[in-house]
Amino acid sequence: MSPRRRPARRPGARLRRAVLNALGLGVFVVAVFPVCWMVSTAFKPNDEIFATTPHPLPAHPTLRHFDTVLTGKVAGVPFWHYFANSAIVATATVAVSGLLALLAATAVARFRFRFRTGFLVMLLVVQMVPAEALVIPLFTDLARLDLLNDLAGLIAVYVAFALPFGVWMLRGFVAAVPRELEEAAALDGAGPLRTFFRVVLPLVAPGLIATSIFSFITAWNEFLFAFTFLKDQDKATLPIMLQFFFGRSGNDWGPIMAASTLFTVPVIGFFLLVHRRLAGPGLTAGAVRA
Amino acid sequence: MIETVEEAGRRVRGSPDPGSPTGPVRRRVRLGPYLLILPSLVVIGVLLVWPVIQIGRMSLQNVGVRQLRGRPAENVGLANYRRILGDDLFWTALRHTVLFAAVAVTATLIAGTLTGLLLGSLGRRMSALVTGGIMVAWATPQVTAAIVFSWLFGTTGGLVGWFLDLLPDGLVGSGWQSYNWFARPLPTYTVLTLCVVWMSFPFIAVSVLAGLRTVPDELYEAARVDGSTAWQRFWKITFPLLRPIFGVLLTLAVIWDFRVFTQLFVLSGLANRDAFNLSLYGYSEAFGSLNAKYGLGSAIAVVLTLIVLLVTAVHVRTVIRQEGAA
Repeated sequence: MSPRRRPARRPGARLRRAVLNALGLGVFVVAVFPVCWMVSTAFKPNDEIFATTPHPLPAHPTLRHFDTVLTGKVAGVPFWHYFANSAIVATATVAVSGLLALLAATAVARFRFRFRTGFLVMLLVVQMVPAEALVIPLFTDLARLDLLNDLAGLIAVYVAFALPFGVWMLRGFVAAVPRELEEAAALDGAGPLRTFFRVVLPLVAPGLIATSIFSFITAWNEFLFAFTFLKDQDKATLPIMLQFFFGRSGNDWGPIMAASTLFTVPVIGFFLLVHRRLAGPGLTAGAVRA
Repeated sequence: MIETVEEAGRRVRGSPDPGSPTGPVRRRVRLGPYLLILPSLVVIGVLLVWPVIQIGRMSLQNVGVRQLRGRPAENVGLANYRRILGDDLFWTALRHTVLFAAVAVTATLIAGTLTGLLLGSLGRRMSALVTGGIMVAWATPQVTAAIVFSWLFGTTGGLVGWFLDLLPDGLVGSGWQSYNWFARPLPTYTVLTLCVVWMSFPFIAVSVLAGLRTVPDELYEAARVDGSTAWQRFWKITFPLLRPIFGVLLTLAVIWDFRVFTQLFVLSGLANRDAFNLSLYGYSEAFGSLNAKYGLGSAIAVVLTLIVLLVTAVHVRTVIRQEGAA
């Protein structure tokens, strides 16, 4: 139960440790198995995929399914086109939401002003509203503005979804920057902008990375809004392509798993690289504490 | 013993709060903070708050494709609500939504908490390995997860069917390899529950672990000396101290699971009306046919939102109180 282990001395401690490690391995296997099975299927030739006795690893690994996905077209559009759309949407979401969240976080962490509490509560409440409920009014609004088949419309919506969390997350980081540092910079004659870029920005960079990962994943993975807004296949993002592919080719699991792998593995790799920053106590502390 | 716990709790909760400013600070520019929040306020206002207002209005109107081209929408009062309340499909979808959320939230919180406690008692290297593993599940996109689960539970070459047929027939029956998991609501929701819990327990585990790290070791030490069991230590020490975190996690799990859309959409689809939940039902009314009924879909979305807000109101109230006191 204790978070930090002490050297095991009591009798039975070794057994306890063995049981705990076995449980840990069990959790590990359950957590990674579906993804491993996806990757493994993607490399299997068809006769192994549909074998009556499935094997965990491909006996004769093949790149054929990846070739099918990368050189073929889904709904007349090549894979790389979907990939590019996803990359554009995710990058723009990260850049815009990061900037806006940093500005707002500076305001709530550094200043006392009349609507501060109101603003923070609003950020919290809008996170409670199911996004699924907003898809209808946002669809009709974008339709009236003629932004439906436009990546810009989708990016704007993703920025709005990423912002509340970003502000909550970043305000802790901004508040942690010692005020004395800023004052010292001001005394040395640095203007507010210079102080911001030279003093504040480097110190909040870890928080900015964490929020960027969050908004990147939000935008990269999102399905419902992309599916509803982007009606031209030409404009579609990867999740839409995957769902379409899955719906059309039914049981052709090889290419489906290959496409899923190409879509998923980059996100997982990305996430594993930086999860320590995202999974720190700040994640819930921001929501628990005022 | 009890005193120790309370004192420590006070110490944990009373630690300096990084989120709030230390006091009123006078700055040269009074306009500053307003200018800083203005862009976020505009984006959130236009794209999150305005649609919420609008969905309430649209739920009282008759809105179709023609209204998108500039025709004024006709006010119909509560007709949309009356229509969905009289629709059997609504009640089926509501039942599915509530039952699924109850099961999935409970399972996610239990699995996540147990994993968090386990991570806390593992050695450093083992803990890092398991954390890395659950990150994989956490990072997996919803569409991918749903597609992989429908492959695992598929009828041709599906791994789960093969495995269940390996088990003794007396235990689980036979014929699993040709069993269609997506033909009826109950098995569909079983797969959905597994899929959703698999994706969401890592977040709970990592948050519980982060909370555990704030609990002083001496508390457990003292409790152990007093001869307590692990079960007692959890309910007497861990749970009371982490109560705020559990509050947030419960709220988040409720929000996720009441509105689950993508996974069910991929696993079951719009054609399978018997297996609808409220999200899918609303979506299908609004977008599912050529004769779009945005007003009707809005009414369903309003009902869903109200349920979620009602369930999570307790948490929002706590935060408002804390913000007011800060």
